[in-house]
Amino acid sequence: MTALLAAAVAALALVPLGYIVTATVDVGWSGVAELVFRPRVADLLWNTTRLVAGTVAVCLVLGVGAAWLVERSAVPGRRVWHVLLVAPLAVPAFVNSYAWISLLPGFDTYAGALLVVSLSYFPFVYLPAVAAFRGLDPALEDTARGLGLSTWAVFRRVQLPQLRVAVLGGGLLVALHVLAEFGALAMLRYPTFTTAVYDQYRATFNGPGATMLAGVLVLLCLVLLLAEIRLRGSRRYARTGAGAARRLRPVRLGALTGPALLALTALVALALAVPLGSLARWMTTGTSAGLDVATLATTTGTTLALAAAAAVATTALALPTGWLAVRRRGPLATLLERSTYLGSAVPAIVIALALVTVSIRAVPALYQTAPVLLAAYAILFLPRAIVTVRAAVEQSPPLHDDVAASLGASAPSRLWRVTLPLLAPGIGAGAALVFLAVVTELTATLLLAPTGTTTLATAFWSASSALEYGAAAPYAVVMVLLSAPATVLLSRDARRGLTT
Amino acid sequence: MTTPARATAAALSALALAGGLTACGDAGATDAETLTVYSAQHESLVRTMVEGFTEETGIELEFRDGNDAELANQIVQEGEASPADVFLTENSPSIDVLDREGLLAPLDQATLDQVGEQFRPSSGTWTGFAARSTVLVHNPAQLPEAELPASIMDLADPAWEGRIGIAAGGADFQAIVAAVLALRGEDATRAWLEGLERNANVYQSNTAVMVAADEGEIDAGVMYHYYWYRDQAENGLKGDDAALHLFGNGDPGAFLSVSGAGVLASSDQQEAAQQLVAYLTAPEAQQRLAESTALEYAVGTGVASAEVLPPLDTIGAPAVDPGSLDQDGVTALMQEVGLL
Repeated sequence: MTALLAAAVAALALVPLGYIVTATVDVGWSGVAELVFRPRVADLLWNTTRLVAGTVAVCLVLGVGAAWLVERSAVPGRRVWHVLLVAPLAVPAFVNSYAWISLLPGFDTYAGALLVVSLSYFPFVYLPAVAAFRGLDPALEDTARGLGLSTWAVFRRVQLPQLRVAVLGGGLLVALHVLAEFGALAMLRYPTFTTAVYDQYRATFNGPGATMLAGVLVLLCLVLLLAEIRLRGSRRYARTGAGAARRLRPVRLGALTGPALLALTALVALALAVPLGSLARWMTTGTSAGLDVATLATTTGTTLALAAAAAVATTALALPTGWLAVRRRGPLATLLERSTYLGSAVPAIVIALALVTVSIRAVPALYQTAPVLLAAYAILFLPRAIVTVRAAVEQSPPLHDDVAASLGASAPSRLWRVTLPLLAPGIGAGAALVFLAVVTELTATLLLAPTGTTTLATAFWSASSALEYGAAAPYAVVMVLLSAPATVLLSRDARRGLTT
Repeated sequence: MTTPARATAAALSALALAGGLTACGDAGATDAETLTVYSAQHESLVRTMVEGFTEETGIELEFRDGNDAELANQIVQEGEASPADVFLTENSPSIDVLDREGLLAPLDQATLDQVGEQFRPSSGTWTGFAARSTVLVHNPAQLPEAELPASIMDLADPAWEGRIGIAAGGADFQAIVAAVLALRGEDATRAWLEGLERNANVYQSNTAVMVAADEGEIDAGVMYHYYWYRDQAENGLKGDDAALHLFGNGDPGAFLSVSGAGVLASSDQQEAAQQLVAYLTAPEAQQRLAESTALEYAVGTGVASAEVLPPLDTIGAPAVDPGSLDQDGVTALMQEVGLL
């Protein structure tokens, strides 16, 4: 039964991929050749790959560098820096982009896109790097130093290899986000596959031009996933016994303290102070329209309702898969769990495009209704819920359930009184993560929102597309305020919660 | 021993899901007294023009806003099951797509009579309800009047490389391409688009084109007139240094684009839908358009457009049958040259 449900969830997650494959077969080879092998696609490929490569490189340097300073050096104010370095996650990338372009209209270049996207996404590398540093026994580093290695050599030969898996994971996350990024890049006029799919959608709805570009985009995602698996390699980093970790002695920076502080300040200023400052400026001097409190309140209400519904639905969908992955380990469970991850790696624009078409053709009764939008959210954010649910199931031994049964508790009563209370924290955390992701979701919402439904992200988008920066600002502020609690949680526990 | 528990957990999660979905599904429910309007025209303009409709008729309106071609193709895909009752476009090529597919119901003759003949197709299946003229926006400090191009076709010349801006992804620019296609034929249009692909910076919107021209990022840009006039009415917040150049002389660059309104044949509220289109084209609504800050041209017989605009008979627009513009041909050509 659970397996069937989990299979249904996996099937849902794979709908977008299935749609792309079917559409490609429908278009036929000559159609594919005509729509894919053309100069425009080559331009987009060049644009997309150089942005992905550049952003990943910048994020790796910023993320690992900042993590080293915070976790291993004696730079002053390490706790404060840690919070400030996670905080940019509260500013959605498209809001960050808006902040920069509205201050500096000439920012629509490769360098501008690289900077804005890197500043938005470097915490994806920073957080796993911090977690990996924390899990690393300093004894290894001390031994290396005792054997005569310099701080740099210790970093390169001892710490970096140990960080490899965590940092590669972060890098993959950055790459997938850049591939899927729509709002930020559209605003910076930097065309990638995702923005081009949207342009095609605007010109042809779900015509073959849009689907074929989406197909190329999906291929790029798959290439990335495979590359990450290969790069991860098969070396083992775990110690035989957990042992007691040695106390950390931070590296004294000496004369380098000043430059290190300067670098951290610059990073935080660019990633946090600029967007917040720009928002504050447009809030106070925005002339495009007075603040319409009623509309803002309604839009916030709609957004919160959608996010809450999506959180409930997605966590419910995550339960069978998370349960199966722990209690019925095996190839089938792994396959079902991985399928949902694969489905979620597909960019939101492709998921939306697929669901529009599938709902028109297969379930017209649901077409343009909230359930379809919620299904898109579920496909996008299932991994967040599954990871947390799975962790919760892992921590609740089946013994409790058996004991309750032996004491005569019925199945529903065991579920209600034993299982769910044990899983509640995990389920709650998963739901919260989905909730916050939905609050700032733009791309899928633009395509799938029911007639008459406006969310914070789409209201912000329509105002800022018309260059009415002042009118857009309040929506951005609400989104940032709603996202802030999540970043606090993330900064407290760097090991948990950060998945696609 | 735990199998029943798992089954219950599964059932519960399914229930929770269903509950969540139904709760949301209700929001989208419609009743008989609500018309669903797919609208690609600017929200503010449409809302101004339909003002009073609900009070007068008791019919509620629900809008799905989008882009011309997106909504047209969407209605084609939806076919008979389309929730749309009325379709309002920003430019006519998209409503023509529906006309050719036979998806539009004939409009009442009384409605058609409210609008000048040049603003509607001979088929009588849709009508214009507003119009906008193509202009070249430029910064006189950077591009003096003497150096202005004589025709929009000149912009494909290598001399303009990197100096012009267009909003290629938008329906407005695509309608202008449709006019070029109708007036100059496929080969000339392809050559022109190839030139633009090399010469032009592509922006997300007409406003962005205007701001770029104002700030000297580009020498000139193609857009519609009302973006500039609206901005001037707001004291030139975005384009105070920009000026307009009208091509005139029947040049494709003086194309007057018509916003179309039509009733879907698949609508089960024919009467109410016809009422809405009649309302939009009636002298009162046209007068509201003329007096509003939208600053698009009114097309109602006997209604004068806003005074700040150059009168329609002075702009030298080329004669283009609004029913003859080919959206699909434009998309194919633009994909071919790489502008889409």
